[in-house]
Amino acid sequence: MKPDAKTRIIGLPRRRVDGRAKVTGQTIFADDLVLPRMLHARLLRSTVPHARIRAIDTARAEAHLGVHLVLTGRDFPITYGILPVSQDEHALCPDTVRFVGDPVALVVANDELTAGEALDLIAVEYEPLRTFAGPEESLAHPEPRIHDYADEGNIHKKVSLSFGDVRAGLAEADHVFDDLFFYQGNTHLPLEQHAAVAAIDGDGKLVLWSSTQTPHYVHRALAKALAIPAAHIRVIATPNGGGFGGKSDPFNHEVAIAKAALMLKRPIKITLNREEVFLCHRGRHPVLMRFRTGVKRDGTLTGVHLQTLLDGGAYGSYGVASTFYTGALQTVTYHIPRYQFDGCRVFTNKPPCGPKRGHGTPQSRFGQEVQLDKIAERLRIDPAELRLRIVEQPDTLTANYLRVSTIGLAECIRRVVNASEWKTRYRKLGPGRGLGLACSSYLSGAGLPIYWNDMPHSAVQLKLDRSGGVTAFCGATEIGQGSDDVLVGCVAEILGIEPFDIRAVTGDTDLTPVDLGSYSSRVTLMMGNAAIQAAERARDVLADAVSAKLGVPKGRLVFAERRVFDAEDPSRGMSFSDAVCTAEAMFGTVGSTGSYTPPKSAAKYKGGGVGPSPTYSYSAAVIEVEVDGSTGWVDVPRVWIAHDIGRALNPTLVRGQVEGSVYMGLGEALMEEQIFRRLPQRLSRALVHKFPSMLEYKSPTFLDMPEIFTELVETPDPHGPFGAKEVGQGPLLPIMPALANAVYDAIGVRIDEVPITPEKIVKALAEKAAGRAPRYGPTRFPDVNWPETLQVPPPWEGGTGKATNEPERRTKALEGGPLRPAEEAKK
Amino acid sequence: MMRLPRFEYQAPRSLAAAAELLAARPATTMILAGGTDLLPNMKRRQQTPEVLVSLRQIAELREVRYGTGLSLGSALTLSELVRMPTLQRDYAGLWQAAAQIATPHLRAMGTLGGNLCLDTRCNYYDQTYEWRKSIDFCMKKDGRICWVATSSPTCLAVSSTDTAPALISLGAAVRLVSASGERTVNVADLYNNDGIHYLTRQPDEILADIRLPAPSGWRSTYWKLRRRGSFDFPVLSVAAAAAFDGDTVKKARIVLGAVASRPIVANPSALALRGRRLTDDVIAEAADSAYQVAKPMDNTDFALVWRKRVTRDFVTYALRELRGDDMRETRRKIARQTMMGLAY
Repeated sequence: MKPDAKTRIIGLPRRRVDGRAKVTGQTIFADDLVLPRMLHARLLRSTVPHARIRAIDTARAEAHLGVHLVLTGRDFPITYGILPVSQDEHALCPDTVRFVGDPVALVVANDELTAGEALDLIAVEYEPLRTFAGPEESLAHPEPRIHDYADEGNIHKKVSLSFGDVRAGLAEADHVFDDLFFYQGNTHLPLEQHAAVAAIDGDGKLVLWSSTQTPHYVHRALAKALAIPAAHIRVIATPNGGGFGGKSDPFNHEVAIAKAALMLKRPIKITLNREEVFLCHRGRHPVLMRFRTGVKRDGTLTGVHLQTLLDGGAYGSYGVASTFYTGALQTVTYHIPRYQFDGCRVFTNKPPCGPKRGHGTPQSRFGQEVQLDKIAERLRIDPAELRLRIVEQPDTLTANYLRVSTIGLAECIRRVVNASEWKTRYRKLGPGRGLGLACSSYLSGAGLPIYWNDMPHSAVQLKLDRSGGVTAFCGATEIGQGSDDVLVGCVAEILGIEPFDIRAVTGDTDLTPVDLGSYSSRVTLMMGNAAIQAAERARDVLADAVSAKLGVPKGRLVFAERRVFDAEDPSRGMSFSDAVCTAEAMFGTVGSTGSYTPPKSAAKYKGGGVGPSPTYSYSAAVIEVEVDGSTGWVDVPRVWIAHDIGRALNPTLVRGQVEGSVYMGLGEALMEEQIFRRLPQRLSRALVHKFPSMLEYKSPTFLDMPEIFTELVETPDPHGPFGAKEVGQGPLLPIMPALANAVYDAIGVRIDEVPITPEKIVKALAEKAAGRAPRYGPTRFPDVNWPETLQVPPPWEGGTGKATNEPERRTKALEGGPLRPAEEAKK
Repeated sequence: MMRLPRFEYQAPRSLAAAAELLAARPATTMILAGGTDLLPNMKRRQQTPEVLVSLRQIAELREVRYGTGLSLGSALTLSELVRMPTLQRDYAGLWQAAAQIATPHLRAMGTLGGNLCLDTRCNYYDQTYEWRKSIDFCMKKDGRICWVATSSPTCLAVSSTDTAPALISLGAAVRLVSASGERTVNVADLYNNDGIHYLTRQPDEILADIRLPAPSGWRSTYWKLRRRGSFDFPVLSVAAAAAFDGDTVKKARIVLGAVASRPIVANPSALALRGRRLTDDVIAEAADSAYQVAKPMDNTDFALVWRKRVTRDFVTYALRELRGDDMRETRRKIARQTMMGLAY
């Protein structure tokens, strides 16, 4: 179906298919599951930040009335991890704990209270090790190593990529801007805490229900860590009460209770408490950035050199990908002829960072967009006009070999400029009031899978019933984003039936074909395309049968209104259910499959596996603020945001995602901080999360939300289902820099880090009053011994997408990036 | 999910019966009012009483009596207070304080007496058992050191009640009832500046009711600093009340909340107003005086230097409101609500 084809269901605002169950409380989340003879489990977590485990004595816990089983690291010899290159986790730590919260034992008991009592009866003897609280410490001290497999010392990963001679690019600029930015870490804060139930089914196979975004990857991790065939494991993703990237890794509690269920042959449930969710983390990396950008007087960019330093926490998680993502997407918004990216991720003794909505890109997007605001001011060009001048062209291969298909960014900018009356209000609102603008882009699905394979990324199977009902099976996971609704909407549109006629069966490794998971904004595009293919194949079979039965040429048949009929004589036709019966009588059972594989990437260099996507979404936002000059207090009355969605499959869901992104973005911009506390080191070795609770980890409430004006820009994309692009992550990205730019317009101080708090504004105002730079932000980037830079000439310099200084053998083995496990797995 | 420890539950139907239960084992018995503070604390093992005596079934603790002033039963919920038009009209500071406590759900359960007896709060203390174990506990519970200031001989946990500063500014008193008798103390005298022994209430005493003097001639207000428009405890609050003769202040009280282990009565600040009109200069003088007595510590949200600094601004907001300025826009920005309607 063409991207701009006329539709009956697609494009119209609809109530989502899972909405009724959710608002009436009928949705069964993982913690709602209760099975006969079910036991309950809790994890004992490390109370020290970094130590060797000398001894664990579980005897008293095992003897506690109501306790069935106690497991420790000895029971889990095999490691796992989400990336093939970072297989660094044990379900329970066998010999070393790396942060306060690292699990060391599992207690299974009759109930949670008993399990909790038993935790306190386990004696763990620790031999303390030096602790690392931040990147500077990890760079300064290679020993003791938090992980032996790191690139060097406590540096997990260092990368350096150059696309053209950036030094020459900066040399030909009229101005070179050199700015430091810091983006504090923050966490996902889903309302539902992680929960899982493990059981052994009637024929002895393992079943795990879990609030996970990635059942396929959990399936693989369980098979590896427990050393049992994947065919004997079933993973069912329960509807997630929010994910945002925080449920994308295989987790300790999932592996641990699976093992316990295999041993006890009884169902076991575990529900993490809120503190444990903060400790699982995998959230936004704290990132220090240095942006060197060359510009001509007219605003043309001549080159950008970006350096990032990521505080990774105690494990790998998605960190290698996160590191590349901090440098991957700078090029898809504005034309950058020469680009260099150096990234470094260190290990520290804190909960592991990973993917949070925007995965690695919000940090450097913040720096880039705030720096553009500074550039616009210096060049005396309106910030909106500057961006319109340099916006990237459609159908472009960027300096780092990302293929931009459609780009609605200029239209997004024009929409928010008009809606906010930017031209008459920017710089004219008077003291204490201001407007700020920023833009962004995000992928519509990662172009490469997490583990190397040539198979489709998403698949859909359809079962057509004689009753006229259709069941759509897909491994995709409903995490609140509306993926079940997208699946049903696409199938209903093609088959000409109503969404209510379709049952979605999703996220079940026994029943559904593989979809890689709800991450990287990939589901609408990839599952949507697979669903369209499956539905078109089913429609084809039905059309053959109806054509033969009615004697109407196949090409004239229309599927609509639950009927199949002749376009030239609508009275000639039959009901959809009769069409299914006719086809079944003629051809046997009617079913179909569809699948989707993204186009091959043009990036052939090591690291080029991160960034490619079938298409990119674009967003622009204008934020209005009022800032009190005495207290620094910030009020946000209004936000205007425009998003290039390609095509809105269900505008209700799209707007929900946009507004949810504004909410989350304001939280990150103004208050959210995943931060840690050391006590005076002469008295204590503690290194703890400062406030792992929903009360003290501040995130906005409804009362703190501004009015939001959302505009959807629809430029149907040839790669998207019905032309659709992503919306789950992109609209978050412009919020943080737009807010920082608005604060500058309001009160004339630059806050070059998030969160932007009143304390920081007051400090910057004091600097201004003292005649110093009116700024609050980082002042130095530590020395990093960067590796040899991979030289990849950009397309316009005759490049092929390969590095010129990468040994051919390695280029081949690692083609497509660092995430291919064939060679890495041997390490 | 966090689970409550095991405990014995009692729900007497009279104040006398409750006082008897409390007198039997005062060291290991605690009073349960709305439970919005105590029960989460018990889940975190901050308190582990053997017996809970619920006040829910005691009708006399839910009474509102009008006389020369106003008497409020301690078990009235915060939602019930917020729905009283007379409170909003005559004791605006108390009404504003109650309306800004926690969230609508928690106000529906939480009580006035419970808020007055609210446990002091601290970022080193309001944590789970496991978290506190990771810092080897603190002075307030199971440990020896106050991590806020390691040389401090006393616990520095913060008084976080909203209603106490408002009631002190209004000159209120409370009636404490035990099995052996009863006494009335000013709300100002209900507190010690000690994060552990923060109440002068004896373990066997029940806070029965709160008595407000007649409102004649007094105006009052309450300003609360917190990060968000809902949910959060105060990290600085200013309760101000003044009796006027025309434009001239006859008498005033200014009370700071959440800057010590007890509400701080800013006497010099209030004295600065006496016999004067609330001009900008007079307000600035009072604000500066209040700033001097605010001693926040680094154990709540926001940096302590900034919390102390904005004491001036918050006192200014309060006094300008008493003067009659239209503070709705400022209130909307600070409180994320105008505090005008009875929408609770």
